[in-house]
Amino acid sequence: MVNTKVTLCGIELDNPIIPASGTFGFGYEFAELYDINILGSLSFKGTTLEPRFGNPTPRIAECDSGMLNAVGLQNPGVDKVIEVELPKLRQVFKKPTMANVSGFSLDEYVETVRKLDTQEDIGWFEINISCPNVHGGGMSFGTSPEMAENVTRAVREVTKKPIIIKLSPNVTDIVSIAKACESGGADGISLINTLMGMRIDLKSKRPILANKTGGFSGPAIKPVAVRMIYQVYDAIKIPIVGMGGVSTAEDVIELMLAGATAVEVGAANLVNPYAARDIILDLPRVMEKYRINSLEEIIGGAH
Amino acid sequence: MKDTYFTLTENRKIAKGTYLSVLEGDTSDIKASGQFVNIKLDGLYLRRPISVCDVEGDKLTVIYKAVGVGTEKMASTPVGEKWLTLTGLGNGYDLTKSGDRPLLIGGGAGVPPMYYLAKLLVKEGKHPTVILGFGKADEVFFKEEFEALGVKVIVTTVDGSYGIRGFVTDAFDGLDYTYFYTCGPEPMLKAVYDKTVSSGQFSFEERMGCGFGACMGCTCKTKYGNKRICRDGPVLEKEEIIW
Repeated sequence: MVNTKVTLCGIELDNPIIPASGTFGFGYEFAELYDINILGSLSFKGTTLEPRFGNPTPRIAECDSGMLNAVGLQNPGVDKVIEVELPKLRQVFKKPTMANVSGFSLDEYVETVRKLDTQEDIGWFEINISCPNVHGGGMSFGTSPEMAENVTRAVREVTKKPIIIKLSPNVTDIVSIAKACESGGADGISLINTLMGMRIDLKSKRPILANKTGGFSGPAIKPVAVRMIYQVYDAIKIPIVGMGGVSTAEDVIELMLAGATAVEVGAANLVNPYAARDIILDLPRVMEKYRINSLEEIIGGAH
Repeated sequence: MKDTYFTLTENRKIAKGTYLSVLEGDTSDIKASGQFVNIKLDGLYLRRPISVCDVEGDKLTVIYKAVGVGTEKMASTPVGEKWLTLTGLGNGYDLTKSGDRPLLIGGGAGVPPMYYLAKLLVKEGKHPTVILGFGKADEVFFKEEFEALGVKVIVTTVDGSYGIRGFVTDAFDGLDYTYFYTCGPEPMLKAVYDKTVSSGQFSFEERMGCGFGACMGCTCKTKYGNKRICRDGPVLEKEEIIW
C-alpha cells in the first residue's frame, strides 16, 4: 500500500493534487461529474477586491500541446465570493481550500486577504503576483524581487494562515524572486504561472486573442516548470507547489522529484474534466511502477 | 453533462464545405435543442464545440463547416473511429415560450440546431416556419429534411442563386409569428434582433476553452449580468442581449 499523503505548510493532504486556480471555478461544476473530495485541495478562481469582467473575447487560443488564455481575472469580487461562491463550494468540498488572490495595488491584496481570512475553510492563501493578462498590476508585482517581497510582507500582516506566493516564469531570475518572498515571510512558493505568448490568425492576419497576448499553459510548458522548480528548490527552505503542464501521474512525480511538495493541475482540467481525479486514481499504479512507497519521500529527490 | 465515446457511423459532405456526421453512443444527457457537444480529436489540444443537429435514440447527428484544423480533421475521419465527446452542454432553447407559430431562423452553420428544434416543436403540435439562409445555391443543405418534418421552409441566398435573394431578414415580409428562435453569424443575429417584432431566443458562438463553465473563456455581458456562453448560454433571450 503506497502512501500519497504530503504535508503542505503544516496541513496534511490526502494526496498532492490541487486543481489550479482559473481552471476549476469554485469546484461545483466539477462536483456534478465526480466527488471532488478525492482532491488534495483546490485553488479557487482568482479573487480580487472588486468584481471584474475581465478581457473582451476571444480569450482562448489553441496551441500545439497547449493553449493561450487571456481571461483577465474575471471574478465576482471578494464580497460575492464570500457570500455566494464559498457557501456553494462548501456544500461539495469538505477539505481546506486554497484562496487565490490577485490585486492591482498593495492595499487591494491586503484588503482581499483580510476579508477572506475570516473564512474557516480556507487553509492557505495563494497570492498571485504573476497574472500576465491584466494591465497595471498582476504580473508587475512578480517581476521584481523588491515588489514581490513588499506584497508578501503586506499580506503577512493580516493573516496567520500560510501564505504561498505564486510566481511568474516571465522573469530573468526566478530564484531571486523566490528568495525575496521567503525573506518577506512567505510560507511557500507556487510556480509556474503561464508563459506569456501570442498567436496570429492567418485568415484575418491579426492576433487571435482580443488582448493580443495571453498565458501559455498545457503539456508544452512542463519542462520550463520542472527547470524552475528545480532551481528554486535549491535556493529556498519553504515548500514549493509545482505546476505547469501536468496531465498525468508521471508528471506529478516528475515535478515532485524536481522539488514540489504539492502539484497543481491546470489546463488539463479544461480538456478532460476528470483529469485531476484520473491522476489521483492512477498515482498508486505509477508509484508502484517506479518503486515509490511514499510521495513525501521523493520531494526534491532529483537533487 | 457526460464524457463518453461515440462511434462515427456516417460522415459525408452535404454541401460546399459542409459535412454531416452521425455518431452512435450514449445521448442521454442531451436534454434540449440548441445544446452542443465538445469533441476531442487526436493531436489537437482543445476540444471542438459542435451544436446538436438531431438526436434519435443512440444516434447523434452533427453538421459542421470545415473551416479550420479541427473541423477539417473531423471531415476526413473515417467511419468506425471513436470520438471522446462531452455531451449535454449549454442551456438549449426553451420551447415553452414558442406560441403556436414560432419562426426559426438559421444562417449557414446556424442551420443545424434549428432542425432538432423544429422537430421538437412539431412533436408538441406547433406550426413552425423555418428560414434558412446561405451564401450561394451550392451551400444550401437540409431543405428537404426540414420539409419532411412538415414545416414551412423559406430559403434565402445572398447572391439569389437559390430561393429569395438576400439575407434571412429579407424573407420576413408578410410573416406572422408568435415567437422566434435563431442561430447564425453575429451580424445576422443583430439584423434579426433589429427586424423581429416578437420576443425570441438567440444562440451565440464563441471560442471556448472547456465548454462547461470552468475557464471563463467565453463570457459575455448581458443585461442580467455576466454569462458564460458555454454554460449560461449559448441561448440568450432577446431582452437580455447587449450588442
